[in-house]
Amino acid sequence: MTSKVLPPGTQAPDFSLPVTPDQKLSLSELRGRPVVLAFYPADWSPVCGDQMALYNEIMPEFHRFNAEVLGISVDGVWCHAAFAHDRKLHFPLLADFEPKGAVARRYGAYRDADGTSERALFVIDKDGVIRWSYISPIAVNPGADGILDALEQLPK
Amino acid sequence: MAKLRVPVGPGDHVQGPADAPVTLVEYGDYECPHCGRAYPMVKALQKEFGNRLRFAFRNFPLRELHPHAEAAAETAEFAAEHKKFWEMHDLIFENQSALSERLLGQLAERLGLDANALRESLRSGEFSERVAHDFSGGVRSGVNGTPTFFINGARHDNSYDFATLADAIKKAATTHQ
Repeated sequence: MTSKVLPPGTQAPDFSLPVTPDQKLSLSELRGRPVVLAFYPADWSPVCGDQMALYNEIMPEFHRFNAEVLGISVDGVWCHAAFAHDRKLHFPLLADFEPKGAVARRYGAYRDADGTSERALFVIDKDGVIRWSYISPIAVNPGADGILDALEQLPK
Repeated sequence: MAKLRVPVGPGDHVQGPADAPVTLVEYGDYECPHCGRAYPMVKALQKEFGNRLRFAFRNFPLRELHPHAEAAAETAEFAAEHKKFWEMHDLIFENQSALSERLLGQLAERLGLDANALRESLRSGEFSERVAHDFSGGVRSGVNGTPTFFINGARHDNSYDFATLADAIKKAATTHQ
């Protein structure tokens, strides 16, 4: 069982997580522009164009909305660093590693049985309010259509 | 369930009759090994369903992952200008493991196309907009990796092996009637 994913209209819980071995990123630092927060189960899924690689390919589409994309999983910073390097990712991956999955839990996006986050997507507006959220079946990469629709609908 | 936002139209590369009960759309990348594996599956499906299946191929090159994917896609579009799209599409997939710009030139020559003109076309990005158009339509339709298939407009969220796709096509054909 998973807890209920935070719905639109909720203030996005702030967090501060490592993005590199010696750097942290807080959600509140990104106030002023939309944020796409993409929880995914794990680095290194064995397909071409997995969820993170797909977002990487379509960065220009996100940039049209001035949106910041953040990937987040329970993998540690070194794992993220190797994964991001291998896939040539041009956006940050956050390590929700210690305490494990704590941020995922606060967003209602943690899978207790698996010890990973859901494939959960959040579009957060420039004031830090969740405007769209979605949980995809764990085996299904949700793509980016829902995210782009949600970004399009944000008030300017 | 993700839906195809750009209906199959005159701008598409299509095999099979327009009034076929089932239309299969593939968003693919010529350098993606999974698409390489899907290629003979699609051929087998076309053989199995004959005139009951229409197939369209659209470009979804993962440029960051596959350095030759964009050039391959543009090469197929170049061939399309000379009415050789499917010949080139097939040749590229059949030679996927050796993909390079040099190989693309050789494939063009094999089809009686001008390799110099192809080189010029790739340099100038003559078909880059066409490829980008496929790509963004795919993104807005929920393409989530390659290959992504749509069957009568609905994304196929399942394996692309022959049996699974054939089942889904049969189901779509029944619903259609």
